[in-house]
Amino acid sequence: MNSEPVIKIRDLKKTFKSNNGGVIEAVAHVNFDVSENDFVCIVGPSGCGKSTLLRMVAGLETITSGRITYRGEDVSKPRKEIGMVFQEYSLLPWRNVIDNVALGPEFLGVPRQERYDKAMDYLRIVGMEAFSHSFPHELSGGMRQRVAIIRALANDPDVLLMDEPFGALDAHTRILLQKELLRIWENHRKTILFVTHSVDEAIYLADRIMVMSARPGRIIDIIDVNMDRPRHRSDPIYGQLAEQILAVLEREASVSFGNANTERMTEMKENLCLN
Amino acid sequence: MGIKGFFVRTGIYLLVPFVFIALWGFIARHFANEVILPDVGQVAKLFMKPTESLISMGSLTTNVAVSLVRVLAGYMLAVCIGVPLGIIMGYYGTVFKLLNGFLAMFRPIPPLAWVPLVLAWFGVASLATLFHIDRGTAYIYLSNLKFSMIFIIFIGAFYPILTSSIHGVMGVRNIFLDSARVLGANHWDIFRKILLPGASPSIVNGMRIGLGVAWMCLVSAEMLPGSLSGVGYLITHAYTLARTDIVIAGMISIGMIGAFLDLFFRIIENRKFVWTRLTR
Repeated sequence: MNSEPVIKIRDLKKTFKSNNGGVIEAVAHVNFDVSENDFVCIVGPSGCGKSTLLRMVAGLETITSGRITYRGEDVSKPRKEIGMVFQEYSLLPWRNVIDNVALGPEFLGVPRQERYDKAMDYLRIVGMEAFSHSFPHELSGGMRQRVAIIRALANDPDVLLMDEPFGALDAHTRILLQKELLRIWENHRKTILFVTHSVDEAIYLADRIMVMSARPGRIIDIIDVNMDRPRHRSDPIYGQLAEQILAVLEREASVSFGNANTERMTEMKENLCLN
Repeated sequence: MGIKGFFVRTGIYLLVPFVFIALWGFIARHFANEVILPDVGQVAKLFMKPTESLISMGSLTTNVAVSLVRVLAGYMLAVCIGVPLGIIMGYYGTVFKLLNGFLAMFRPIPPLAWVPLVLAWFGVASLATLFHIDRGTAYIYLSNLKFSMIFIIFIGAFYPILTSSIHGVMGVRNIFLDSARVLGANHWDIFRKILLPGASPSIVNGMRIGLGVAWMCLVSAEMLPGSLSGVGYLITHAYTLARTDIVIAGMISIGMIGAFLDLFFRIIENRKFVWTRLTR
């Protein structure tokens, strides 16, 4: 079952033109596979190109060179098998909750009654059926991201891409949504590629963690998280993994910026402690 | 609050107009010259019988109706061209660069400055000319819709509508476009379900301003040759006959209709666009 990877990334490279005419390399030499039902997290310092990487997998960004394939087919534009959840609030403010959830099926031409039944089913999954006619501005941040997640699920995608979806939430809500996401992942069997700058979040969620370097982003380490679920943050393995990942990031930071630059590391360590 | 509160609240809106009318009455009686300034009662009398024919030009209501149809004809044209063009210019940078410089050159030209050129082009041609109708009821209606008038009104309404549509679309957040694309939206979906509703508060605001400007262009449009009806024409014609009371009645009609049209848009904005006030 796990023989053929769902997502394959080979020699991926992405460059941007900068404003002063130069070329910025955002992502370089990225190679990895994501297997069926895997939960893969990508961690890395801010601005390392991890969001760009995810946007390329989503088909929102062009590829400079290399390949991204979904079940053997090249990804060059968005496709319904690949869903995405963003960090920014992305619900359409002029549509109520159920109209937002039904948006994907609406684009795909699912008949009205069918798509609203479906949207309602997904609202029940996150316990938000009572809010079906509320507008996004009436919801809390956590609720908005719940709706954003089920909106992506309503198209029944195979792969779910998540770009720091809980980044804007407070610590408590964040932990709650992490649990909820794991429940959805276990019940609905999705393949998830999740970007975060929080080492803690990555260890809590992932089967496998890809550690990315500073720009140009490369995968500098791949760590398998062999912990039983549900995971506990008090588990000694948890702390060891965190140490290990932070050490990789620290070594990388000193290579790219020299020993003087420890600012990013401090920031990352703070993130770990806060969560 | 109760009844007293109601009177206080309503009173505050009516206070200044009331003082204004009282002052007008006082000054009119002081000068006692109805060509310079007729008394309030004289003008009010015209509004009491709005369907009565005035200076053999038809009644106030028919003239207002004729003007309204003209404005709406020019305005509809401006909406039909301005909104789609604005959305396309706001979305496609190349189209914006291609057209914006060109369109900006015509923006500062007052609609009235177009009059000589427009007359040279269209003369007294009307929709009746276009459809080759020269008699019957249809002729009476269509001959009132002169191309030159529609053009002047169109020019006035077009720019506010275009500009606000462009800015409305440019203001739609990228995240909405990205999430729609990921959810499987095609170009038509993006236009209809993301750009149009996302830009609609700005578009409707532009349509409101555009209708105001169109209504203001009315008098100049109705001064064009070939016009024998409409509030604008009624005013200019009454002026030549020294009927200042009719001039003022015509002005008041223009003001009131304009205010009602504006109110109509404000109600739509308040009902439909609650979300813009509550979202960042």
